Amino acid sequence: MLIALFNILIFPGFIFLTLFGWIAEYIDRKLCARLQNRMGPPWFQPFADFVKLVSKEEIIPEEANPTMFKLMPVLALTATVTAFFYIPLWGKSALFAFNGDLIVVLYLLTIPTLTYFLGGWYSTSLYSKIGAVRSLTQLFAYEVPLLLSILAPALLANTWSLSEMAAFYGTHHWYWLFNLLGFAISIIALLGKLEKVPFDIPEAETEIVAGTFTEYSGRLLGLFRLSIDIEAIVGSALLAAVFMPFGLGLPPVVGFALFILKVLFIICLLSILRTVFARLRIDQMMTFCWKYVSPFAFLQLLINLVLKGIIVK
Amino acid sequence: MHKVIIPVGPQHPALKEPENFMITLSGEKILKFSARLGYNHRGIEKACEERTYIQDVYLTERICGICSHSHSTCFVQAVEEIAALEVPKRALYIRTLVAELERVHSHLLWLGVAGHEVGFDTLLMYTWRDREVVMDILAMLTGNRVNYGINTIGGVRRDITPEQSKEVAKATNTLEERTKYYIQIATKETTLIKRLSGVGVLSHDDAIRLGAVGPTARASSVDRDVRRDDPYAAYGELKFKVITDNHNDVYGRTLVRMGELMESYSMIRQLLKNMPEGPIAVKAPRKIPAGEAVSRYEAPRGEDVHYVKSNGSEKPERVKVRAPTLANIQTVAKMLEDRQLADLPIVIAAIDPCFSCTDRLTVIKEAGVRKNKVMSWEDLHDYSIGWYRERGIDFAGLNKKLTRMLK
Repeated sequence: MLIALFNILIFPGFIFLTLFGWIAEYIDRKLCARLQNRMGPPWFQPFADFVKLVSKEEIIPEEANPTMFKLMPVLALTATVTAFFYIPLWGKSALFAFNGDLIVVLYLLTIPTLTYFLGGWYSTSLYSKIGAVRSLTQLFAYEVPLLLSILAPALLANTWSLSEMAAFYGTHHWYWLFNLLGFAISIIALLGKLEKVPFDIPEAETEIVAGTFTEYSGRLLGLFRLSIDIEAIVGSALLAAVFMPFGLGLPPVVGFALFILKVLFIICLLSILRTVFARLRIDQMMTFCWKYVSPFAFLQLLINLVLKGIIVK
Repeated sequence: MHKVIIPVGPQHPALKEPENFMITLSGEKILKFSARLGYNHRGIEKACEERTYIQDVYLTERICGICSHSHSTCFVQAVEEIAALEVPKRALYIRTLVAELERVHSHLLWLGVAGHEVGFDTLLMYTWRDREVVMDILAMLTGNRVNYGINTIGGVRRDITPEQSKEVAKATNTLEERTKYYIQIATKETTLIKRLSGVGVLSHDDAIRLGAVGPTARASSVDRDVRRDDPYAAYGELKFKVITDNHNDVYGRTLVRMGELMESYSMIRQLLKNMPEGPIAVKAPRKIPAGEAVSRYEAPRGEDVHYVKSNGSEKPERVKVRAPTLANIQTVAKMLEDRQLADLPIVIAAIDPCFSCTDRLTVIKEAGVRKNKVMSWEDLHDYSIGWYRERGIDFAGLNKKLTRMLK
């Protein structure tokens, strides 16, 4: 009981995720700033931002539904933290595992997007509503390629469990190289999920101010931002577990360091990508995802099906 | 989604100045667009009539925060024409040099803003870093980064030394290299091209019918440039091409501005090479003889027009300013027909608007909403007391106290 509580609240649960999320946000912002030839923030900036937001007044619009308005940030945070427990980090098994947890993780990672939609919708501001509709529209564009590209490695491992996948790739050392196309696709989808350039359409500041978050302030905005930070970590950890399943089962300290490196590698990749592109329009994003990304995800699926018939018996 | 009307401005992250656009949306599609200016009226024309000519030079410089030299040169040219002053050649060359440097800084600024409007912040950071080079050069030549204060009636106020012209030449080389890189980005980067091409289309005929000026018109292949058509300052002695483009869209406007940058660098080199010797100003009379003049000037944003009427005293009787944005703002509604909300910021930004310079409004007519009437000072005073009383704030006690204190 005590250990479970420790796991949930401290390590590898809430506190660890929060700290790691802040570090990742700092690295993302600093790297992006250096690539843009700026100085970038000091190392404690994400923490300082959080403290500032938490200490500020919460303003809830008169027209908004206060219950839903307040519930959404909390829901987003809990969903992302919960998803983390089913992802194998450095061992061959996650904290909790059952057959089918892959789908549960993807489902839990969809909840934040839904909370952005509901939060924006219930805050009744026009900018928020447009942002909310955009984030839901975008969900349909990136969710399919993401699911397909993660399904392909699972198909090769013949399991629906992330932990069993880790065990499979642990014994078949070089099989992860087959999934590189899927890795590229899921990086693109993750950019959409985290609403970063070129897919930051739901919060395009020059069009709709801050999109969903226009009316959010104080503690609630702080929680939303924290949940986005944690979502970045959980999403990267999922990709690391599925597409980079090497070096699992090393001694704890080395394994932990390797896990951190893998996640930071994906975070850096995301921040480089967000530096070099312009924001797409929502229709261009839909076309791009359905015309180019999804077919490649199907191709990956096809490759793995054939491989399964030939090599893995 | 049903039809919604969203306000963009007077306060909005896409806008750098206060103005208001009401956009009727159906989902993401723009059905109707209406613009309202008038948040930035500063009464500069009236203020010009209250001041002497030499003070007005500095006042007109403050019409715009970016093309400040354009407005002051335009005004000075009109006054010099009325007073029939023969401006020394060296002064004209220095004026032109500052004008072209200003164009460089304005176009680089525009490229950064355009990048920001389409979410390409990296381009913003890069161009604005390189813009510092030309800003430093302007600060070295004139002493200021934005409001140069180099013009005076009858010439310029500061001479340029050989060391300074060497520095300018060096900076021009750096800037040319960087601009080549930006041309490469603008013509090769896929996401940027996707956001720019085919957006904000303004056909050749529409550009002429709506009276577009500057790069906005030239990108719709309207071959019009005051620098060539009606040469002023030293432009008559310079060799340059007028850049036009037939893309008719925001992409074309980007190419035109980039092309103009390259032309500006070549003009700066010619100016430095052929700079004549001699005095930099002639003495201008304090009282300008009666007369009137219209002066045209190709500002970075398009044709700028100043009208000055003098009555023989030391203050002008009338000054009228037509900033280029006023000519271009009508085209925005045309460009936004059947476009998406996401295109709104870049289409507005593509005319390189400067709303503070444009605001010459004193009366806003809203048909059927309220009648215009003249209010005397007492009426206005009573109206303000009534306005506060309606909202539960009563100054009666305070008023009595004030009267008592005054007694």
